[in-house]
Amino acid sequence: MADTATAKSSQSVPQKRRLLTETVRSRFTAYTFISPFFILFAIFGLYPIVFTIYLSFFKWDALGPMKYVGFKNYELITSDPTFWIAFSNTLIMALMGTVPQLIVALFVAVMLNSALNKFKNTFRILYFMPNITSIVAVTLVFSTMFGNNGMVNWMLNTFGAESVPFNSGWWGVKIAISSMVMWRWMGYNAIIFLSGLQSIPTDIYEASKIDGATRGQQLRYITLPLLRPFILFVTLISTIGALQLFTEPYVFLGQSGTGSTRQEGVTMVTYLYNEAFKNGFFGTAAATAVLLFVATILFSVLNMMLGREGGETGGKKA
Amino acid sequence: MSSVAISRKKPDEPGVIAKFFFYLLMILGALVSIFPFYWMFVVATNDKDAAFHIPPLLTPGTQFLDNFSRVLERTDFFRALLNSVVVSTSVTVSVVFLCTLAGYAFAKYEFPLKKTLFVFVIATMLVPAQLGVLPQYVIMAKLHWIDSYKALIVPAMVNAFGIFWMRQYITSAVHTELIEAGRIDGGGHFRIFWNIAIPVVTPAMATLGILNFMNVWNDFFWPLVVLKNRENYTIQIALQQLFTNKDGLDFGMIMSATFTATLPLLIVFLLFSRYVIAGLTSGAIKS
Repeated sequence: MADTATAKSSQSVPQKRRLLTETVRSRFTAYTFISPFFILFAIFGLYPIVFTIYLSFFKWDALGPMKYVGFKNYELITSDPTFWIAFSNTLIMALMGTVPQLIVALFVAVMLNSALNKFKNTFRILYFMPNITSIVAVTLVFSTMFGNNGMVNWMLNTFGAESVPFNSGWWGVKIAISSMVMWRWMGYNAIIFLSGLQSIPTDIYEASKIDGATRGQQLRYITLPLLRPFILFVTLISTIGALQLFTEPYVFLGQSGTGSTRQEGVTMVTYLYNEAFKNGFFGTAAATAVLLFVATILFSVLNMMLGREGGETGGKKA
Repeated sequence: MSSVAISRKKPDEPGVIAKFFFYLLMILGALVSIFPFYWMFVVATNDKDAAFHIPPLLTPGTQFLDNFSRVLERTDFFRALLNSVVVSTSVTVSVVFLCTLAGYAFAKYEFPLKKTLFVFVIATMLVPAQLGVLPQYVIMAKLHWIDSYKALIVPAMVNAFGIFWMRQYITSAVHTELIEAGRIDGGGHFRIFWNIAIPVVTPAMATLGILNFMNVWNDFFWPLVVLKNRENYTIQIALQQLFTNKDGLDFGMIMSATFTATLPLLIVFLLFSRYVIAGLTSGAIKS
């Protein structure tokens, strides 16, 4: 990289005027090359977010004139029990779908990375496969397995347990949906953890072995601390994704054609979708989006703070 | 290298039993990953009620065409498939081109605010797209793009991940000397990009293309919002529409459609798995 820099500066000998126009032209070219992203993001990314905040203070059905109502929309949704059910459902399913998934993914990654594993590539591909299926397909397949008379209940019965009403029960629906999320994302996250494990230099392990460290100690004092950035990244992405949960409950519970406001599985985004596109209340839907955005930021910050704290204590121990 | 590693490992070389349990666990996990695919195929090839057979049916049957013909009665499956192909292909071509262009600018040009703008691009990756869905819908309505491919294609034409991924690759793969040489020969900026940079970075473009194609192909939320007419449905919406129990759920039919819609992606993935996995993990490694 260094010699290319010197090559560049030695090139810039020609007359001053030529150089100036050349610099201007090259800057102009660069801005042109990157401009499509910024133009599209301004129109379809930034403006909609700003306008959502604005919209949350108005009553609007997307057709007629907008009417300023102050904080009325926020009062309306926070006094709607369904909103709070959606909120708690989202958090519960985020916990159920993410926490066990990341722990399993970490174990799978360690196993994939193990020297014992002679078929690394094959297993990597197999574990990753679920992620290429669409969420709709995953939901449809899992609805057959998690039907009230489906295979999972059959298995529970053979082990002497009682059937769980996965289609309609308060917890049943959540277990079914969390399983879909877990199945589709576990391998993906394991692969990311694996790339983290592979970035740890092996001589650290060699050195610690000479110092007499056991495998457990290696895991605790070398692997986990060095993997921390990856764990943080994966947790952050998973949390943001979990708060946006929509397709699984929408498809899974929408089989009667009535949409997906059924309380067992309604989430923040299904609530938002129904407010806007089923009921025509764009104002309250916008207020929901704003609250969801705030929740997303809060959880991301919380995530990073917890991560930092964990890192500090880890550092002290080591 | 391997012989050295083995001799060093000797003291705690795992026994046969440890190996057995290791592979048992790995294979069990792999079975959990694959089973739903197989199950999709089993239900798709057996009769209507195969999904709820007790004990569960585990062998493929011969009813696939029967089941699939019921799909064609209920929905214009191939039209939906074609819609998805058209949309996913257009988006992918555009994303690969525009992201390579922007990634090239970020990698090989010097301009004011370059760092800030690049950090901004990365930061946009963390903003969930669904939060702006209401105004996006209104924009589409104003443009009269509801129910048109444009609503699906235009907003997705370039994305932050693609720019990030191409920049990383171009920084190391395209040598600045080559670009300088091209400039001395009097090549224009775009010409140099097209003739010198592009041929070097085709592997990264391929990865980005495959990843992007899969994402667009699998997208559900946005098409659900902007597509109203049956004939414009993408394959994901068409699949979801099959899943209604007006006349009892016909899982043989549903799974035959789901299987047919999943198979192309599965084949692409198995052929190019190395590129796909490389692309997905790069984001984590470098940030």
